[in-house]
Amino acid sequence: MASAAAVGLALVPVAYLAVRTGEAGWTRIVDELFTRRVAVLAGRSLALAAVVTSACTAIGVGAAFLVTRTDLPARRFFGVVAALPLAVPTYVAGFAWISTVDRFEGFWPAALVLTLCSYPYVFLPVAAALAGGDPAQEEVSRSLGRGAWRTFASVTLRQVRPSIAAGALLVALYVLSDFGAVSIVRVDTFTRAIFTAFNVGFDRTGALVLSTVLVVLTVLLIGGELTTRARGARYARVGGAGRPPIRLPLRAARWPAAAALTAVAVLALGVPAASLARRLAEGVSRPGSLAEIATAAGNSLAVSLAGALLTMVLALPVGLLTARAPGPLATLLDRLTYVAHALPGVVIGLSLVFFGINVAYPLYQSVWLLALAYATLFLPLAVGAVAGAAAQSPPALEEVARSLGRGPAKVFRTVTLPLTLPGIAAGTALVFLTCMKELPATLLLRPTGMDTLATELWTHTSTASYAAAAPYAALLVGLAAVPTWFLSVRGGA
Amino acid sequence: MRYALLVTLRSVRIILPLALLAGAAAACGGDEFDSGDPGDKTITVYSGRSESLVAPVLEKFEQQSGMTVKVRYGSTAQMAAQIEEEGDKSPADIFFAQDAGALGAVAKRGLFAPLPSDVLAKVPANYQARSGEWVGVTGRSRVFAYNVDMVPRADLPKSVFDLTGPQWKDKVGVAPTNGSFQAFVTALRVQHGDAKAKEFLTGLKANGALIRESNIQIVQEINDGKLATGLVNHYYVFEQAKEKGITADQMKAKLHFFTGGDTGALVNVAGAGVLKKAATDPDAKALIDYLLSTEGQTYFANETFEYPLVAGVPTAPGLPALDSLAAPKIDLNDLDTLDETVKMIKEAGLA
Repeated sequence: MASAAAVGLALVPVAYLAVRTGEAGWTRIVDELFTRRVAVLAGRSLALAAVVTSACTAIGVGAAFLVTRTDLPARRFFGVVAALPLAVPTYVAGFAWISTVDRFEGFWPAALVLTLCSYPYVFLPVAAALAGGDPAQEEVSRSLGRGAWRTFASVTLRQVRPSIAAGALLVALYVLSDFGAVSIVRVDTFTRAIFTAFNVGFDRTGALVLSTVLVVLTVLLIGGELTTRARGARYARVGGAGRPPIRLPLRAARWPAAAALTAVAVLALGVPAASLARRLAEGVSRPGSLAEIATAAGNSLAVSLAGALLTMVLALPVGLLTARAPGPLATLLDRLTYVAHALPGVVIGLSLVFFGINVAYPLYQSVWLLALAYATLFLPLAVGAVAGAAAQSPPALEEVARSLGRGPAKVFRTVTLPLTLPGIAAGTALVFLTCMKELPATLLLRPTGMDTLATELWTHTSTASYAAAAPYAALLVGLAAVPTWFLSVRGGA
Repeated sequence: MRYALLVTLRSVRIILPLALLAGAAAACGGDEFDSGDPGDKTITVYSGRSESLVAPVLEKFEQQSGMTVKVRYGSTAQMAAQIEEEGDKSPADIFFAQDAGALGAVAKRGLFAPLPSDVLAKVPANYQARSGEWVGVTGRSRVFAYNVDMVPRADLPKSVFDLTGPQWKDKVGVAPTNGSFQAFVTALRVQHGDAKAKEFLTGLKANGALIRESNIQIVQEINDGKLATGLVNHYYVFEQAKEKGITADQMKAKLHFFTGGDTGALVNVAGAGVLKKAATDPDAKALIDYLLSTEGQTYFANETFEYPLVAGVPTAPGLPALDSLAAPKIDLNDLDTLDETVKMIKEAGLA
C-alpha cells in the first residue's frame, strides 16, 4: 500500500506527460515523432548512453577493485578521490573542458565529460560490494586450484554483478536525461532536442511529445537490466565480524595502477578546479556579497535536505518491499521508480507546475513541491540503497530474534534498524548531493525569490559574469563533496 | 511486509520532523508573501531577464517606493511557458521578457491586461503592442560581430544576405535556439517573404554556419579568435568588456551595424506586460512607470548597454544613437508567427 502510494506520487510527471501528449492529438504526435531527425537523435542518445556506460563500468569496476582488493599504494586516499567527481555537476565540468581545450565539441568529448562525472555511480556500489562481500567463496575457489586472477574473474565479479548492473543502469539513465554537458559540448541528443523544442518558440507540446520517446527508451533499458538482475543472487555475509577481503599483490603494476587513478582524478577534478581558478583570476565581476553566497548555500542545503528526506520517506516502503517480499509486484514497483528518472528536469518541472496549479495549489511554489520534484527524479537512487542494505541483513536474523521471544518492535529496534540504517544514510546522502546539482526543475519550482547555489551559478554564467559565478561553482562542488566523502568512506574503500 | 510497514512508520517518525525543519529553513529564504491584492505594496514579477541585470534596478524601485518586489528569474522561454501553464492562477503580476516574441505569445493567450494610455505614451508606437498589452522597455539591435584581426573592415558585408556567399564559408556563428535569432528570421519572413527567408536559412546552413548555444558564446569565441564572425545582439560585446575590466573598443570583437534597412539590423525590445489579475493594481503600474522613468532608463543604458526607448535619455558611450541606426521598417507585432519560423529553422537543419 505505502509502496504503491509512493510510486504513484513518483509517476505524477508521467501521467501529466500522457495527458498532454493525448491532448496534442494523433496527427501532431505522428508529425513530431516519426521523422528522420527523431530516429537520428534517439540513435545518438542510445549510442552515447552505451559508450558512457561501458566506460563508466570499466573505470568504476577497475577503480573499485584496485582500492578494495589490491595492495595499491594510498588505497584510502584513492577510495575517496575516486568518488569525488560525483560532486561535480556536468555543466560545470563541460564548461571547464570547453574553456580548457580548443574545439572541444561533439560526441566523444561529451562522452568523456559524462564518463568523468558519472563513473562514481558504478564505483561506489561496486566498491561497497567488494569490501563487504564474504571471502568464503573465493577461498573455496582458490583452494580448488584456481589462480587469484581467475578467481576474481569467475567468482568475485559474479558476486558483485548486481551492483555493477544497478550502477550501470543509473549511468545509462543519467546520460539519457543529461542536458548540461551535451548542450555545452554541443552534441545533439534527445534531451537537448527536448530543451530546444521548449526554448524554440515556447513549444511545450512538441517538447512533451518528444519526451514520451525517452520514457520508451527508459522502459527498454530497465527491461534489459532486469534480465541481468534476475539471475543475480544475493551474497550476504551472515554473522560475526566481517573478515577483511583477500587482497591481491599488484607487484610491478602497483605504481602504474596508482598513476592511472591519478590520471582519472586529474581529468575529473583537476580540470574543473583549474578552470574555476582561472575564471576567478581573469574576470572582474564579483558576487554581490558574502551574505548572498551564504544565503544561497543555506538554501541549497535546506532544499536538498528536504528533497533527500522526502525521497527517503517515499523510498523506504518500496526498498523494504523489494528486499523482504520480492515478487512480481515488488519488482514492478521498483522498476516504475526509474521511469521518471530519465526524464529531463524541465519536463518534471513543468508537470509539477501543472500539478501544483491544478491539484495541490497551496503547495505551489513552496519548498515541498520542489522536494517532490527531487523525489520523483531521484527515487531510484534511494530505493536502491535501502533495498541493498535490507538485503544484506538476512531476514533469518529477525526470525531468530522473534523465536527467542522478542516482540516485533524490539526486533526492529535491535536488529533491523542497526542493519539498515547505514543504507538509509547512504541513500539520503546520495540523493542529497544529487539534489544540490539539479538545475532545470529547481528553476521552475523554487519559491519565488529563493536562490540556490545552482540557480546563482546559472544566473551569472548567463550574463558572462564568469568570475562572479566561480565562487558559487566552487562552493557547490565543495558542499556536494561532503556527502560524497561520507559515501566513499562508508563504502569501505 | 509487516516489517516493511513498521520500519517505514518508525523511520517516518524520525525523518519527517527533520524534513519539516529543512523545509521551514528553506521557506525563510522565500520570506514575504504576496497576498495578490491590489495596492498591498507587494508585487510579483516573472523575469525572463537575468538577475544580475535586473535586480539592481528593482532594488532601487523598492527603496524609493517602499514596496516589496518578489522576483522569479528564469529564461524568457521558461517564464513564458510557466505563465501559460499557470493561466489564470499565475502568482505573477508582471512579466518582464527579453523579446517581443515571448510577450506576443503571452498576449495571444489573452493573459495580459491592456496598459494605461499614459504608460504607452512614453514609448514610440513601434516599440509596443498594437493593442497595448505590452510595452518595450529597452531596445536591442541585431549586429554582425567580427574579430578585427580576422576580418578586414573593407570586407564587411553590406547585407545579411551576403553571408551565404563563398567568402563567408565556415565563418559565421549563429545561435538558432536563441529568441533573438528567431525574431530576426521572422523579420526576414515579414520583410522578404517565406521563400526568400527559407532560401537564406538553407544557404546559411550549406555555407557551413557554425551553430552555438548562445550569443554570449559566439561573442566570446570571436573575441578569442576561435570564430571569425557571428550574428548577435549589440550589447554582448559591452557585457564581456565589462567582465574583463576593459572598454568595448579594446575588445577584439567589434560590431558592424547593417545599413539601409537591412533585416540584419532589426531592433527588437525587452519589454513588460501586466497580467490580468493586476490590471488595476497601482503597484504594478508604479513599477512599469519606474522602468520607463529617466532613472530606470538611464540604468539600462549604462549597465546593460541597451537602447533606452524613452526620449531624452542618452545611450551608453561608444554606441551609435538609436535613431541613427538604419533599422528595417518592421512592426514588432508582426513577429508573432514564431511557429512558422521555428519550423523553417528546423527544416533548414539549423536546430
